[in-house]
Amino acid sequence: MTECGMLIIGAGETGARAAGELRDRGWTGNITLVGEEALAPYERPPLSKRALLEAGDPEPAFIQGRERLEALNIRFMKERRAIAIERDEHAVRLEDGTLLRYERLLLATGARPRRLPSERLASDGAGVLYLRSFADALTLRGRLRPGRRIAIVGGGFIGLEVAASARELGCEVAVIEAGPRILMRGVPEALAAVVDARHRAAGVSFKLGAGIGGMTREGGGFRVRLTDGEVLTCDAVVAGIGAMPATELAADAGLALDNGICTDERLATSDPDIFAAGDCCSFPHPLYDGKRLRLEAWRNAQDQGAHVAGSMLGAGEAYGSVPWFWSDQYDLTLQVAGLPDAGTTTVRRSLGEKGSLFFHLAGDGRLVAASGIGHPAVAKEIRLAEMLIERRAVPDPLALSNPELSLRSLLKNETRETPRL
Amino acid sequence: MANEQWIAACEAEEIEEEDVIRFDHGDRTFALYRSADDQYYATDGYCTHERFHLADGLVIGRQIECPKHNGRFDYATGEAKRAPVCVALRTYPVKNDAGTIWIKID
Repeated sequence: MTECGMLIIGAGETGARAAGELRDRGWTGNITLVGEEALAPYERPPLSKRALLEAGDPEPAFIQGRERLEALNIRFMKERRAIAIERDEHAVRLEDGTLLRYERLLLATGARPRRLPSERLASDGAGVLYLRSFADALTLRGRLRPGRRIAIVGGGFIGLEVAASARELGCEVAVIEAGPRILMRGVPEALAAVVDARHRAAGVSFKLGAGIGGMTREGGGFRVRLTDGEVLTCDAVVAGIGAMPATELAADAGLALDNGICTDERLATSDPDIFAAGDCCSFPHPLYDGKRLRLEAWRNAQDQGAHVAGSMLGAGEAYGSVPWFWSDQYDLTLQVAGLPDAGTTTVRRSLGEKGSLFFHLAGDGRLVAASGIGHPAVAKEIRLAEMLIERRAVPDPLALSNPELSLRSLLKNETRETPRL
Repeated sequence: MANEQWIAACEAEEIEEEDVIRFDHGDRTFALYRSADDQYYATDGYCTHERFHLADGLVIGRQIECPKHNGRFDYATGEAKRAPVCVALRTYPVKNDAGTIWIKID
């Protein structure tokens, strides 16, 4: 039995950040980071963009390279898969039989791409591409040659970012989306419309309201039959149809689940010595009446990784960062802070040629989300809006719609008029 | 250094208080800052983590926050202040001469 001290299963963004933060917070005991991949922890956002587009051999963007892990005295076990948590023994069993004993355990197991149902696929789906790992990005990169016909299943962020990259590389791109519009999940319709128009202007074709009816191999490619009867022939199929939280370890160990591994506000699971964070974690959010959320976003992965390190060391604070994500497609930046679905009214502010902002207000007038699209400079405005959301601001809708009134001044008023503890 | 020179970058009033603008010169890009107490500063324009323009980010006190990953730098010293950034940002001398902001580059 190996004594691991703080044991982290999953060496993605969350696991790597948690490991670093444990050291930063002064934990001098063992820290063990177990990952299934061969690479040291790396950042995933570039996989749909830079890793596909960059000339030459792409390199992963390491969060902590080997040297950094060694300097922090973090034991990194690569290409190892955890298969069971032995809660009575405070240990995790690996596939090779190794038993790792923990004082505290963090499940940062992430999520896996949802697969296309196999009965709809030619020869058990062989050849359909997914994007989650650096290895996936390298495979996909090899298929995105000029003139190739690429069918992308799913009009979410992965699908659309891959579509933009594929167009930039000179591929012919069709996006197949089962919903009535793209970006159905968490993105207001007005923003989705801008993204849709930008893709069409770039030459992407959309098949909306259509599912995959069947798929057969044809030559080196595929013949894809849509549920509306249309048939597409293409050289490669990429599916970006969401991700499923990796909860098997937690489930087998009898931990509470609810669309992910259930935690309290500190990110502790139903076992007080086991924690969960990142894409796999379902947690109650204090800004939204304790509503349970599971976020698949880079910032959440990073912030929860840092937060859970504190909780593992006994801190009692609740995790309450405003949900936030971005997507870059072509020259467009899209950012969303908060939960637009929690709003009942939307107020628009035009930024002229720089784009548009949308403020989402709840029934009681509270700002619950803000979204923006356009020039990368929308980021600055969304960041200010995020601070307003964090302060539970109830801004004047007229002020929000007026581009002459800076959000910074609204924030200053907010801080002055409604001091919060 | 031999090639050091002062370049007129912008008018002082072009930068709002507690804000930042982008300044391109030749094939280089810089970020110019104005603090709440009306001091001016200059740094390299791209974040040291990934190639994103810091001028699209938010000035928070004495720090600039990257618009993509929320890494932060002290814009006066260039010091990296928050993950994921760990490499310091290069800073440049700045002077305000009768309302024109000059930056000394090489």
